[in-house]
Amino acid sequence: MNKIISLDEATSFFKDGMTIMAGGFMGVGTPEDLVSALLEADVKDITLIANDTAFTESGVGPLIVNHRVKKVIASHIGTNPETGRQMIAGEMEVELVPQGTLAERVRAGGAGLGGILTPTGVGTVVEEGKEKLTVDGREYLLEKPLRAEVALLKAYKADKSGNLVYHRSARNFNPFMALAADHVIVQVEKLVEVGEIDPDEVMTPGILVDKIYVQGGSK
Amino acid sequence: MVQTLVNPKQIIAARVAKEMRDGDVVNLGIGLPTMMPNYLPDNVNVILQSENGYVGLGPLEGEIDPDLVNAGGQPSGILPGGAFFDSVFSFELIRGGHVDVTVLGGLEADAKGNLANWMVPGKMVPGMGGAMDLVTGAKKVIVAMEHTAKNGSSKILEECRLPLTGKGVVDLIVTELAVFRVTEEGLVLEELQDGVDLETVKEKTEASFKIGPKVVLDLVS
Repeated sequence: MNKIISLDEATSFFKDGMTIMAGGFMGVGTPEDLVSALLEADVKDITLIANDTAFTESGVGPLIVNHRVKKVIASHIGTNPETGRQMIAGEMEVELVPQGTLAERVRAGGAGLGGILTPTGVGTVVEEGKEKLTVDGREYLLEKPLRAEVALLKAYKADKSGNLVYHRSARNFNPFMALAADHVIVQVEKLVEVGEIDPDEVMTPGILVDKIYVQGGSK
Repeated sequence: MVQTLVNPKQIIAARVAKEMRDGDVVNLGIGLPTMMPNYLPDNVNVILQSENGYVGLGPLEGEIDPDLVNAGGQPSGILPGGAFFDSVFSFELIRGGHVDVTVLGGLEADAKGNLANWMVPGKMVPGMGGAMDLVTGAKKVIVAMEHTAKNGSSKILEECRLPLTGKGVVDLIVTELAVFRVTEEGLVLEELQDGVDLETVKEKTEASFKIGPKVVLDLVS
């Protein structure tokens, strides 16, 4: 099965009203070419799941600036002033989630779990509207799983079967988002033949990766 | 390391450094807390955890690697012996009690160990990032902040007025004037910073507090 695609082919995955998750921490580990393809696809009303909304001109930030997002689920929006502006103006819904809880909700979504119990947020506004359970005398919030129709990932290297290797702190949300979406598209800097990545070195197995876009490849 | 402490932030960072034990795994919040390592004694080495996915956070050396940033998004380095991991694992370390100390800034802290440092309704809503997980999971939570707000009002309150980051989570509050420990019975004044008198601290602290044995000894000597 050929998993290598062009940016134009990536565009065919995007539809109005879709839920999309994207890896990255302040733009580091975000597949910015795929974000550009999403912008060019001209889809609207996206629900975006990402750690943060990065900056106005990097990471997933341009999706916010160009009004493609109806709702964002993130732990931090402070570095992209446009997110806060649209939130206050009522143009976009923002669900702020503690970073560890966001990671676990995505993990739960990919792991077939009905949610996770976390002590994070107990006694704060985060607990509003959530079920609280006491286990062995300690209070926990029930946090529900998150899934998406498409996950946009960034890895350093892939082989042609989609086995992935990440680089430095660009790993962040990418590995577990690979389990939590119907379609997983990854942008890589380097493509190698199957067998060239030692199985011990694989960080995300290729069975989870549907499509690979190689940076600098055909548009 | 002997350094002249010229401003409140330096005084706070230097005092926080004294809380560190050799080998501690430490997570530092953005801003003032990141000054702390400058004041560690030579025989105390801590391992810094960066919430975006590694231990062994170090200063930037050599060329910038765009894939290597700290939790503030700034280009950083990783020391020999460091390790990278994903965000789930990073927060397992944090929430699971594998981080010995976290040092965070504060907008308000109170006598019940509550901390508010993530939003000001109607003004600033950057998001909590990893702060709520850190205060929930780290073994020791140190709030490092200036004693009063810009308008002179106390940031150490009987009860926080801003939305909380964590409830009953703070262990120690370090300011340029004093060090308070949070106990079941409320705040205990552990130390006055050099050249600060008790009256000044009383005047600038809204919360009531008990005076700890070290301060009592200093006062009678």
